[in-house]
Amino acid sequence: MADVTQLIHDYLRHNKKFPHVFCAGCGHGIVLGSLIRSVHALGLPKDDVVLVAGIGCSGRMAVYVDFNTVHTTHGRALTFATGIKMANPKLKVICVMGDGDALSIGGNHLIHAARRNIGVTALILNNHIYGMTGGQCSSATPQGDISMTTPFGSLEKSFDIMDMCKAAGASYVARGTSFHAIQMDRLISSAIMHPGFSVVEVFSPCPTQYGRKNKFRNAVDMYKWLKSNTVKVETLKDPDQKPADGRIPIGVFRDVEEPGLEERYFELQRKLMGQNR
Amino acid sequence: MAVQRKKRKRRELFALGNEAVAEGALLAGCSFYAGYPITPSTEIMEVMANRLPLIEDGVFIQMEDEIASMGATIGASLAGRKAMTATSGPGFALMQEHIGYACMVEAPLVVVNVMRGGPSTGLPTSPAQADVQMARWGTHGDHPIIVLSASNVQECLEMTVTAFNFAEKYRTPVILLLDEVTAHTREKITVPDPDEVEILSRVEPTVPPEWFKPYADTARGVPAMAPIGSGYRTHVTGLTHDVMGYPTQRPDEVKDAMLRLFRKIDQYYGDIQMSDEYMLDDAEVAVVAYGSVARSAHLAVEQARERGAKAGLLTLKTLFPFPRPAVEKLTHRCHTVVVPEMNMGQMSREVKRVNNGRTKVRTINRVDGQIITPSEILKAIL
Ligand SMILES: Cc1ncc(C[n+]2csc(CCOP(=O)(O)OP(=O)(O)O)c2C)c(N)n1
Ligand code: SF4
Repeated sequence: MADVTQLIHDYLRHNKKFPHVFCAGCGHGIVLGSLIRSVHALGLPKDDVVLVAGIGCSGRMAVYVDFNTVHTTHGRALTFATGIKMANPKLKVICVMGDGDALSIGGNHLIHAARRNIGVTALILNNHIYGMTGGQCSSATPQGDISMTTPFGSLEKSFDIMDMCKAAGASYVARGTSFHAIQMDRLISSAIMHPGFSVVEVFSPCPTQYGRKNKFRNAVDMYKWLKSNTVKVETLKDPDQKPADGRIPIGVFRDVEEPGLEERYFELQRKLMGQNR
Repeated sequence: MAVQRKKRKRRELFALGNEAVAEGALLAGCSFYAGYPITPSTEIMEVMANRLPLIEDGVFIQMEDEIASMGATIGASLAGRKAMTATSGPGFALMQEHIGYACMVEAPLVVVNVMRGGPSTGLPTSPAQADVQMARWGTHGDHPIIVLSASNVQECLEMTVTAFNFAEKYRTPVILLLDEVTAHTREKITVPDPDEVEILSRVEPTVPPEWFKPYADTARGVPAMAPIGSGYRTHVTGLTHDVMGYPTQRPDEVKDAMLRLFRKIDQYYGDIQMSDEYMLDDAEVAVVAYGSVARSAHLAVEQARERGAKAGLLTLKTLFPFPRPAVEKLTHRCHTVVVPEMNMGQMSREVKRVNNGRTKVRTINRVDGQIITPSEILKAIL
């Protein structure tokens, strides 16, 4: 425990912007911890890491951590990240977004970042709700669930982020949960070191806005649910088939080595400039 | 050692206004372009697509829309690049949230808007000057902004260089407003040798990272800017922030931050506002025009003089901050100010504000996708 505290002190802007905004029981803090452990374990210099965040509770993560941090606009974090990565491909660019951020307002940018296979890591903190604005439904709210804007139950299907990102061309696609913190460290580390576009979706409980309105009595209930309602994708006979018992597969859904857009672009540029000499 | 006199390498081109913009950008050191095609601005993007991959570290990327283009442009600017995007009305509308963000985080960059007829998809291939007030007030929130224009192809090149210089000097987005006529006119231009042109770049911090205050007030009001990845780990946010870049709601810090944004532009008003005077010394009727309309006005003034009318022309190159002193001068000397423009009065509104009832303000407005002819202006002068 002492080690963890030490690590946190090395990476957080602890003297600046605390207390933080996250509610007790919120999964977002666990993801932040995992991100810090991953960067630390990989031995990346803080100066080389850029954390680009959208707007939402998840977006607030950027202010706390001592990397280069950019808190952007709602839904557009990936567009800023694309500019930063193309401007300086040496940087490790990590984008943190909520489900509203990444899928609703920013859905178009997500599929295009995947299509380009830009060398950016997208962390999608899926709490199935708009946390910061007070619990309205997002495009990841499960059908039938209650939110401030779906008081009679949501009629719309939610996106499956894994399917969508695979289909759009992301070369690393994985899902974890805030309950499975050790697995999450692995997923995030691999994603950061992955050359092309990498997506890690994390089920991150929002007890305040989502849990309360749906079947959960408290935060502990939500974590217990994550434990018993998920299944490691490796253990499935057919990873492309959704388990019949309704459990949600977690783990790595795709991992193919493909150069990122920036690699391909600068390769082309070297060729063109060679010819021009 | 004898000083080697370098031979100036000027180039002559027969170029479109849009091509001249791209030339100007490259001359100014632009090494990043992100955009989305839209008539009548597309040639800017096409030239950049051809040229940037051929220069060291030059980056060109076609994004999925204008929101993304502007996001990427800001990202590149934060990472230390001189960055530009170009668009037309509908795309400019989509960019507004991010233009505000760029103002707030003080990201130097250039946005070119080649105006077309509107509202909405309007008249995609017809000239208009209908985005003047959008360029000034399109974003949410209160902030100053620099808006420039050009009335011929050579000026397209020169004003693009100026736009980059202002962006870097004042750490702000700069908008270059062109109309379709200027953008699609082909004229002979001279691209100067890079050594002949003054090119400014943002000031980077010299203090050690632990001492660096990324939004510190300075005498100029413009803080030093550290590119992402240079060892100065800072927080950039669209939220109102303190001098360290962290969000704040403390009224004194909010006020300081907001007032500095205004002050850094206001106090350099004299440097920023640019206009050309033609035959104004003894003028009794002054035409105030910008963009391609200024060329019609130029001919109209010549014709008026031939007929003995004491007419003159003020061509606005800076639209905002509005060149008040230049216009105010006219309102003391002339009995009439004529403002021709391809909209229903977006700039004459500013002229009337400054005029304060001292002279007649005669407006000529066209919103039918047609240019304003010299004879229309001549009629208003006589
Ligand atoms: C253009 C725009 N539209 C709407 C908002 C308001 N808004 C702020 S956060 C948010 C949703 C946040 O939800 P999510 O992205 O899922 O993140 P969470 O707070 O749940 O972590 C919205 C709609 C905004 N800031 N900007
Ligand atoms: S509202 Fe929800 S997402 Fe936001 S901090 Fe609280 S628990 Fe977390």
